[in-house]
Amino acid sequence: MLRYIVKRLMFMVPLLIGITIICFVVMHLAPGSPTDLQTQMNPRATAEMKERLMAMYDLDKPLHQQYLSWVSKLVVLDLGRSFSPDRRPVADKILERLPITIFINVLSMILILIVAIPIGILSAVHQNSLFDKITGVFVFIGFSIPTFWLALLLMILFGVNLGWLPISGIISLNYEYLPPLSAFIDLIKHLILPVLISAFGGLAGLSRYMRSSMLEVIRQDYITTARAKGLSERVVIYKHALRNALLPIITILGLSIPGLIGGSVIFETIFAIPGMGQLFYMSVMARDYPVIMGILVIGAVLTLLGNLIADVSYALADPRIRVA
Amino acid sequence: MANSTIRRDFWHRFSRNKMALAGSAVVILLFFVSLLAPWISPYDPGEINLQMILSSPSGIHPFGTDQLGRDVLSRMIWGSRISLKVGFVATGIAIVIGGILGAIAGYYGKWVDATIMRFVDIMLCFPTFFLILAVIAFLEPSIWNIMIVIGITGWMGITRLVRADFISLKERDFVQAARAIGAGDSRIIFLHILPNAMASVLVAATLGVAGAILTESALSFLGIGVQPPTPSWGNILTAGKDNIDIAWWLSLYPGLAILITVLGYNLLGEGIRDSLDPRLKG
Repeated sequence: MLRYIVKRLMFMVPLLIGITIICFVVMHLAPGSPTDLQTQMNPRATAEMKERLMAMYDLDKPLHQQYLSWVSKLVVLDLGRSFSPDRRPVADKILERLPITIFINVLSMILILIVAIPIGILSAVHQNSLFDKITGVFVFIGFSIPTFWLALLLMILFGVNLGWLPISGIISLNYEYLPPLSAFIDLIKHLILPVLISAFGGLAGLSRYMRSSMLEVIRQDYITTARAKGLSERVVIYKHALRNALLPIITILGLSIPGLIGGSVIFETIFAIPGMGQLFYMSVMARDYPVIMGILVIGAVLTLLGNLIADVSYALADPRIRVA
Repeated sequence: MANSTIRRDFWHRFSRNKMALAGSAVVILLFFVSLLAPWISPYDPGEINLQMILSSPSGIHPFGTDQLGRDVLSRMIWGSRISLKVGFVATGIAIVIGGILGAIAGYYGKWVDATIMRFVDIMLCFPTFFLILAVIAFLEPSIWNIMIVIGITGWMGITRLVRADFISLKERDFVQAARAIGAGDSRIIFLHILPNAMASVLVAATLGVAGAILTESALSFLGIGVQPPTPSWGNILTAGKDNIDIAWWLSLYPGLAILITVLGYNLLGEGIRDSLDPRLKG
C-alpha cells in the first residue's frame, strides 16, 4: 500500500510542474506585457502599481528566470500582495475564505452521495420501470439546466414569494446576538439553497453513473451464481452487487471535484457567500492579478489532492489496484 | 456498399428514437429563429422605451420588458444568435485542437502519446471555470474572446476519444494496405483513419455545443461574457437578478430558453450515439 501511495505521489510531481507552467502561460497571454495591459485597461492603475507588478513577477528579467522566481515564491506560499486597497498578502486572503468553500462543497458532496446512490441502485434494479424513466428525465434536465438560473428561480420562490429562506450571505446580521440553537438554525437556513444548487449538477451525473455501474455488475457471472445458490434478491443486490458497483463511484467523485470547485464561483457570487469563489469573481472584476493567479494554482492543487485521495481510497477498497 | 448499409441502419434507428427527434426539432427550430431574427422579432432589441420600464408580460410585450423598457422577447430572439455562434465556434476550436492532438497521440504512440496525454492530465486539473475566468481577466470580455477561451479549455475529452479510436484503427487491415502502397503518415491520418473516427467526434461535438452554450450564459450572467447592450440570454438574466423581487419574467423566460436549447443538443447527441451503436445505449 505504502509503495502505491509513493508511486502516486511521484506521479503528481510532473503534474504540479505542468500546472505552474500553465498558470505562468496564462499570465503572459495578455498581448504585450501584463503591465501594459494593467495600465491600459485600468485607468486607476498608477505607475506605482506597474512597478509593483514588474517587481513581483520580475517582468524585466528573461522568461525562465521569471518562472523560476515565481515558482520559488509559490513553494513557500508567498503569493504576493493583493492590488486591492487593503494590500493584504494574497495567501491570507485566500486561506481565510477557503474553509467556507470547502465546507459547502463537502456538504453538497455528502448530499450527492446520499441521494444519487439510492436513485442509481433503484433505477438499475428496476430497469425500464416507471421510476427508472422518470429519474432518467430528471437526469437529462439536471445535465441541461443552467444552475445559476435554477438558483434564481429558487430564490424567487423560497426567498421572495414564500419568504421561507434568506437569499444572501451565510448568517444573518444579528447572528452574534442569537441564542445557540437559533443561530444554528439561522446558519442551516442560509446554507440550504447554496448546497442544493452546488449539488444539483453532480446529482444528475452520479445517479447516472451509479445506474450504469450497477447494471454492469448485475450482468456478471458471480451474481448469477449468487442467485443460483438461492440467496435472496436483497442479499444479492445489496451485499454482492453493491460493493463492486460502488468502486467506480470513488473515481467519479474524485473527477467531480474540479466541477464543484469551479461551480463555487457561480453560487457564491449569486448567494453572496464570502468564500474563495466569490473572492475569485471579485478579483477578476477588479483585475487583481496576484489573487487570480493564487486561486488558479490553489484550485488546481485542490483538484490534484482530491484525485489522490480518490485513488488511494480506491486502492484501499480494491486490492487488485495495488498490485497492478 | 458496407457504408450505405451502416448509414441506412443509422437513419432507421435515428428516426425511431423519440429523444433524437425531439432534440433535432429544437436544434432546427432554433437555427431558423436565429437566422430570421431581423424579420420575426417584434421590436428592435435595442429600442429603449422609458414609458414601459419593467412592464409585465402582456399582449404588446409577450415576455414583458426590461429595466430600460426593451422588449424581452426580441432580445431573446437576437440573443439566440449569440448562443449559437458561441456554441459552434467554441466547439469547432475544441474539435480542431482535440482532433489533431488525439490523432497524433494515437497514431504515433510512445513518447509523443505520453507527452500529449500528460498535457491533457494537467489541463484536467484546472477547474475549467477558473481557467476561463482567469484568461478572460487578462484579455477583454468580448464575444470572440469568449469563444476562443471556451474552445481552448474544452478540447481534452475530444483528444481522449480520438486517440482511443486511432489506437484501435491504426492496426486494421485497410490502414496496413494504405501503408503498403506507400501512403505517407499525413495521408493515412487524415484520409484513411480520421473519417472512421468521425462518429464519436460528432457525438462529442453535439454535447460540446450544449456545454459551450451553458458556459457562455453563465459568463454573461456574471457580467464577464457578452457585454451589454448586445443581448444574450445570460445578460438578460443578470437584469433578472437585479430586479428579482419585482420582475420574475426577466428571470424565467431567458433561462427557459437556455434549458430547452441545451436539452435539445444533449438529446440530439445521445440520440446520435444510441443510433450509431445501440450496444452503447445506457
